[in-house]
Amino acid sequence: MIPELGQLALILALLLAAAQCILPLIGAQRGNRALIAVARPAVAGQAVFVALAFAILTYAFVTQDFSVKYVALNSNHLLPWYYRFSAVWGAHEGSLLLWVLILNVWTVAVAAFSHRLPDDFIARVLAVLGFISFGFLLFTVLTSNPFERALPMPFDGNDLNPVLQDPGLIMHPPMLYMGYVGFSVAFSFALAALIGGELDVRWVRWARPWTNIAWAFLTLGIALGSWWAYYELGWGGWWFWDPVENASFMPWLIGTALIHSQAVTEKRGSFRAWTLLLAIFAFSLSLLGTFLVRSGVLTSVHSFASDPTRGLFILGFLTLVIGGSLAIFAARAPKVSGGEPFAAASRETLLLINNLLFAGAAAMVLTATLYPLLGEALNLGRISIGPPYYGLRFVMFMAPVVLLMPFGPFLRWRSGDWRAALRSLMPALIGAVALAIVAAVIARIVADGLPFKAIVGAAASIWVGLGIGLYALSRLRTAPPGRRYTPEMLGMILAHFGVAIFVAGVLIVEATNIEKDIKLAPNETVEIGGLAFRFDGVKSAAGPNFKADQGTLTVLKGDAVVATLNPQKRQYSRGTQVQTESAIDPGLFRDIYVALGEPIGTDGAWAVRIYVKPFVRWIWLGALFMMLGGFVAAADRRFRALPAAKRETERALMTPARAQV
Amino acid sequence: MTPTRRRRLAMISLILGAVVIAAVITVRALQENVTYLYSPSEVHEGHVAKDARFRLGGVVEEHSIQRAGDSLKVDFVVTDRFQTIPVEYTGILPDLFREGQSIVATGAMNGGRFVASEVLAKHDETYMPKEVADAIAKAKALKSRDSGDGIGDSVKK
Repeated sequence: MIPELGQLALILALLLAAAQCILPLIGAQRGNRALIAVARPAVAGQAVFVALAFAILTYAFVTQDFSVKYVALNSNHLLPWYYRFSAVWGAHEGSLLLWVLILNVWTVAVAAFSHRLPDDFIARVLAVLGFISFGFLLFTVLTSNPFERALPMPFDGNDLNPVLQDPGLIMHPPMLYMGYVGFSVAFSFALAALIGGELDVRWVRWARPWTNIAWAFLTLGIALGSWWAYYELGWGGWWFWDPVENASFMPWLIGTALIHSQAVTEKRGSFRAWTLLLAIFAFSLSLLGTFLVRSGVLTSVHSFASDPTRGLFILGFLTLVIGGSLAIFAARAPKVSGGEPFAAASRETLLLINNLLFAGAAAMVLTATLYPLLGEALNLGRISIGPPYYGLRFVMFMAPVVLLMPFGPFLRWRSGDWRAALRSLMPALIGAVALAIVAAVIARIVADGLPFKAIVGAAASIWVGLGIGLYALSRLRTAPPGRRYTPEMLGMILAHFGVAIFVAGVLIVEATNIEKDIKLAPNETVEIGGLAFRFDGVKSAAGPNFKADQGTLTVLKGDAVVATLNPQKRQYSRGTQVQTESAIDPGLFRDIYVALGEPIGTDGAWAVRIYVKPFVRWIWLGALFMMLGGFVAAADRRFRALPAAKRETERALMTPARAQV
Repeated sequence: MTPTRRRRLAMISLILGAVVIAAVITVRALQENVTYLYSPSEVHEGHVAKDARFRLGGVVEEHSIQRAGDSLKVDFVVTDRFQTIPVEYTGILPDLFREGQSIVATGAMNGGRFVASEVLAKHDETYMPKEVADAIAKAKALKSRDSGDGIGDSVKK
């Protein structure tokens, strides 16, 4: 009975979403206050019913109601309680419901924090959000009902996919969806401005923290996914340029461009149409990401949930949303464009270059991700694009970004001075070059020399890190106390510092990591990267819902034990799938990573995978700094407090901030 | 033609030209970086250029896996149910690698053997990669075209 209530709640939410989309839109066009006033109650009602449906599905998992097909397929009675919660979004239907739930969380937040904005504008924003919600709820109800019954009721469930039974995967999808779906706010904001034919700079100011928060969540979601792939998939890689990874990375790239271009539009009134276009692209790519992951259209290591008929629905919806929003953009963009002139040497120019490079990188990833699909459609054979293609081109786009980034804060808006900026940055430049030389010389003396890539990575990291540090220092010296670091500025400093950490991590680990697959007999010792690995054999072990072969490796440096590692080969109680659990000794400067392969011969020897990965944690540490920067910047009070009306009109007179039709 | 129109025309031709050049460069770059997927039947038909790196898709034949006793070398046979290719690989195989499991191996032919540098099996144990299913379906079509009979047993070399 209870699951049917969940279904009913979904249908009611669907109807409310339709009301939330249609009525306020008509109201805003006709100036009908009553219809505009429908928006907020409809948002609240829809959110209640979606939350109810989600709670009912969670309840079905926690109480192990195997009469619900989705529960039976993705859980069984041995599943530990904490995975019963995350199993809710372990497969297609539930993750879709999670998507809709998160969209509703964002919509409720928008409705609650937007009372200072004009009613007709916010009515349009909520209507666009309602349309997106309607599309996804319709999709859920028509093709992916999570409450469908399994009759006759199975005695036990099928179990959650073993690779998903992991703490990293509990949080990865919700964080990723917070990011994906969060871009819907910037998107609906852009469409509302275009439909209304008017773009007020104050609205851009209001939209900025939302974009920053969405971007921060997406950063965290991608970092969690990368970290999970690192320790769970047993290959020790942190990024594979897999289509599903690309699907989450493209909105991130465009989102990064968007948060920078929004800053220009809000502060200078320039890049208006471009900001709107980026907002449309960021969310469109989020939808495309959902499509790529959920339709199974691409061959990918992530094909958990694939069903082409569903893909067709999403493709239709995608075409409607992207095509429709671009059509509205084409028709209305000339009305909202305009802005301030700026010199070649100015912060605007640098941010424009930033935008072009990030958009270019996103376009590169997009074409390469879709190319195999195109090839198949045109009968060119089954093809795939390997990581080297992406790696080389991505570096080509990002090298100028890293090189130019420290200049950004030192150049003024409108018209700046390159030489003055370079003078301010001289210590960073000297530091980077000096470090490169010292590192190369020392490495030459004590070892066979460091790879070029690692030296470049360290130097680039110092350049960016010292550069942003110098800017923080100059604020400390020149700005009056209390106004030295606004949260907005602090967020920028943190995020850019995160880039410095990330760059060091990526280039050093790529250049210097050691990967060895070897056969080890019991008590055999092998030397790798200055460490001795002693294999102490394999024993049986058991968990709540699996049995395992557990190996023991003792890592020694000289006579001192550095770590004792217990990698496992797990056999879950349901299914025949074997799951490798790697064992890692984490460290700020190096990870030791071991995983078991297969037994070899009959004397207890095993194939063992041993990796030593210097600085690998810096990759995720850098991402965490970027995320933190996004949140801190969003906390700036300036975005929430609308300035007094008088000052705003003065500003509007000075700069054509409000581009009327 | 008014000056405004001429300017616009010049602008549009410039943009179009840039787009065309960018598209050509991109497609060429992509084309140089693709690896093709072939089934064992296609390999036997001579679709693969000599020494070319490609991906071999198929199912690991039952009872074909042989591990060396003293190293990480593994030999197995990949089949599309009509033709087979012997494969050798040195290293640790993915969790889902098993006899009867569909896989995609990347590497090149060396004599009559495929030397793989990477072997992928998919996450889901019941899932057959679309490309492997396609490869098998294609081999089936080839077979029925060549011999006239629809279904056949796996043909050994």
